[in-house]
Order: sequence, then structure tokens, then C-alpha cells
Amino acid sequence: MVAQPAKKQRFNALALFRNALSYHQNWEQQWRSPEPLEAYDVVIIGGGGHGLATAYYLAKEHGITNIAVLEKGWIGGGNTGRNTTIVRSNYLWDESAAMYEHAMKLWEGLTQELNYNVMFSQRGVLNLAHNLTDVRDTQRRVNANRLNGIDSIYLDAAGVKKVVPGIDLRGGGRYPVMGASYQPRGGTARHDAVAWENAGKCDEMGVHIIQNCKVTGFDIEGGVVKGVQTTKGRIGAKKVGMVPAGHSSVLASMAGFRLPVESHPLQALVSEPIKPTIDTVVMSNAVHAYISQSDKGELVIGAGVDQYISYGQRGSQHLAEETLVAICELFPQYKRMKMLRQWGGIVDVCPDASPILTSTPVDGMYLNCGWGTGGFKATPGSGHAFAAHIAKGEPTELTAPFALSRFETGFLIDEHGAAAVAH
Amino acid sequence: MLLIRCPYCEQERPEVEFSFAHQAHKPRPEAAGEPLDDHNWARWVYYQKNIKGVAHERWNHAAGCRKFFNAARDTVSSEIVATYKSGETPPVPESRIEGEDLSFDYENAEGGA
Repeated sequence: MVAQPAKKQRFNALALFRNALSYHQNWEQQWRSPEPLEAYDVVIIGGGGHGLATAYYLAKEHGITNIAVLEKGWIGGGNTGRNTTIVRSNYLWDESAAMYEHAMKLWEGLTQELNYNVMFSQRGVLNLAHNLTDVRDTQRRVNANRLNGIDSIYLDAAGVKKVVPGIDLRGGGRYPVMGASYQPRGGTARHDAVAWENAGKCDEMGVHIIQNCKVTGFDIEGGVVKGVQTTKGRIGAKKVGMVPAGHSSVLASMAGFRLPVESHPLQALVSEPIKPTIDTVVMSNAVHAYISQSDKGELVIGAGVDQYISYGQRGSQHLAEETLVAICELFPQYKRMKMLRQWGGIVDVCPDASPILTSTPVDGMYLNCGWGTGGFKATPGSGHAFAAHIAKGEPTELTAPFALSRFETGFLIDEHGAAAVAH
Repeated sequence: MLLIRCPYCEQERPEVEFSFAHQAHKPRPEAAGEPLDDHNWARWVYYQKNIKGVAHERWNHAAGCRKFFNAARDTVSSEIVATYKSGETPPVPESRIEGEDLSFDYENAEGGA
């Protein structure tokens, strides 16, 4: 039995008006919650942005619709709903630039493609340089970006002030701003919307979105995956795609192999809402601070990762404090503001700060993990590339450099400089 | 912030004095009787158990006595179950996932394509 597609409600001004008449009580669910079938062609583990995007592109571009997406919690409840929504593609190496720029191009058409406003706002992203080493590294990265056709510009201090009038270039003496890389096409997107509409579109094409379904083990016979054991029983699978941000080591251990990742808490916080003060994204790689302003007016601030391994979804207070100290030095006008909420998510960090998109020692099992502190920006690109990898059963041009084997060959893709969070 | 008891200083000190130094009790391939080839080298340098639950970790009292020691810490609650000196036997076992292959650390598992 193949899952049946659903008829979909539309989102437009007329629908908004019509639903307003009934106090918005009668909107349909955007995706159904079916009980799992006995078996699927592809089972995707992890219903975050990357997992849903993988299922979406498998259905749309590869004609595979007999898919289940298993999510242990609820859609949008993991890192998809916890990140700081920044999108950019100014990575140093050719392999990552190709991957993130692929994602950027998909982002640019995503609202049209999904017919759902993902509020992709290309407000520009700055990565600050605070000392001479930063300046040289930044210029090198900008030049590499331009060779790869990415819109990257090096700004000197005066140029930074022009783009971000509110910044104090002296940085309180501790974090002087000497320059920055600037990607005008970078920006932010509505993270929840990306998850919700990918889920809705998947559901429309017949993909089963199964929430509250935790994977507890794998059925592997003779090195070939046959199915997954879950809290909702056994589900057969011809192919399994694992997209488990935060728990990739745990899943890999269940399947009998190990990974070169460490799980760390990464935290973010938002302030009370204020009138528009900053219309771009400012990131400081050296001081673990990045800031933008949401449409609601809150300052969205990202902090660093805890040094130790943790699966507890919360960060330490002293990291948030360090970040806010730096933010206050760079933007003294925010000193008296209050923070409203703080939260953490678990990020799987690879030794080279680049992700893993790979086939695994188990036949039919594919893995997409290790996006570290910056997976959100890659959501559509990661899903698109991983779907092609799963459909073909072998690496594609985009995914091949991100194979697990790079840790043996030494062909690492060192993106610690572009990853923007020191780890 | 964690409060960590340094087994050398015999004091509970704030986490900022310490550096996390990753997985403890990780033998080099030769020590485990394995050849020092690319595969085993990669496993020793890059691969981590990354345990969810009680894990054995190395820590360095970087802003204190500067000595390395080990801790058994729960990676979900962050509770430090015990700290002990380098070379000592762990006082508590690590958490395991059901069905996990314990010999895996030096088993020949291909890295995939």
C-alpha cells in the first residue's frame, strides 16, 4: 500500500479573510499524523529541516513518495526551531562553497516554490575582523568566495560603519572592529515556516510524517539494512536516511559503527522587542557573538558552544554572559536591554567543522549529520543533495567530498574559520 | 557552570579553570595491538564514543595545577559522578547502548564511500 496524497488548503489573502470570520478556528492541519505502515521504500530518521527537505526532494525530483519521516518529538521542536535563522554561503573551501551556495540558490526561490512565505530576508551578513590575523583570514576568505562566484565583499572599518551605523568601531577597546566580510545576499529566514511547509508539501505528495516516534534499533541482515525498530513498532525499509542532528552518534552506535563527531550544546537568546535598530546580521567569529533583529523586534543573539560533550539541551550561563559582554561593547546602546528567553540545542560537531553526507558501512543506510553550529543555512541544499545521494545510492558531486572516508584520506574540509562559532 | 573537583588539588573549582580534553582511556592503536595504518590512525585521532549518559572524559586543570585527570560525567544531566587521577581505574562504568558493539573501537569498519 502506498500512502495517499492529501488535498491541500491554500494560503492567500482570501483564505486569511475567510478564516478570520471564524476566528481562525478552522484552519486545516498542515500535515496529517498517520500510523506507520509495515514498510516504506525510504525511511528518513529525523523530522528537522534537513530530514524534511530530503523527503521533499526525494518525492519531488526522484519520484519516490513511499517515504516515512520519523521524528522523535514534534516537527519544528528540535534544532530547526532553535537556531538563529542566519543564511549565508561565504565559506572558504570549494567543496563547502558549492554546498552552501547550492543551498543559497534554493533559498532564493523557496518561497515561490513552496507557495509559503519562508520570510527569506536577504539583509546581508557581516563577519567582523578584530585584529590583523582576522583581517588577513577574512580577506583570504572573501577572495576565495569571489573565485567561487559568491557575492562576498571585504569592508574596512569605515565600510562597516556605513552598513551598520549602530556599531561602535572601538568595541570598548576589547573588540575593535578593523574590517569585515560582507555578503549582501546573506540574511535570515523564518525557521519554523521552513519546517512546517516542507512537512505540509511532503504530506501533500504522500510522504508519511510520523511524530513522537523514536528509533530504538535497526534490523540489519548480512550488512544490509532491512528496517528500523521504533517506539511505534518495526518499520521495514529498503533504504534508511539518517538525519539526526544532535544524536547521530547514538544512532550510529545502534547500527554498529562510530562517528568522528562530538555533541555540544549551542545556545541562543532573544531580548525584549524594540523598534528597528539593526537591519543586517552582524557576526563576530572571534568573540562567539552574532546578532540580528527579528520582525517582532527582538534582538536574536547567538552564543558559543559549551566546551564539554552534552546531550542536555541547555547552555551554560557564563557563555551567554561572555557573548552579551561582547555585544554590549560593540553596541553600547543595547546595554540596558533585558533578555527574555534563552535556550540551547545540541549540535554535532566534526573535527573539521564540515558536515558528513555519506554512505555508511551498512548497505542501504545513508547519513547526513555533523552540521555543527551552522546547519540551518544549508537546509534546502543539504536536503536536495542528500536526496540525490539516497536515490542514486552513491555519492553525487556535491556530497562526495563530505564522505566519512575523508578522515582517513586526510582530505579534510577545514571550515573553522568560516563556521563563525569557535569550537 | 560546572563545579569540578580536581583530584590533585583536592578542591571543587569552577569550570572556567578547566579545559575539556575529550574521551579518556583511548589507547593508541599500537597499544591495542593494531597496525598503525590510516584507518586506525583516523579512528584514534578523530573518532569519539560521544556517549549519551555516563562517559569517561579527560579534563585539564588549566588555570590550576595544570594536571590532566579523568572524570566520569553524565552527558545528559552534566552531573559529575566522580573524578579520579590519570592511570587510576574508573570508579563507575560508562553507559552503553543496547546492542552496541564493544569491540568496535578497533574493528575494521569501512568508512563508506
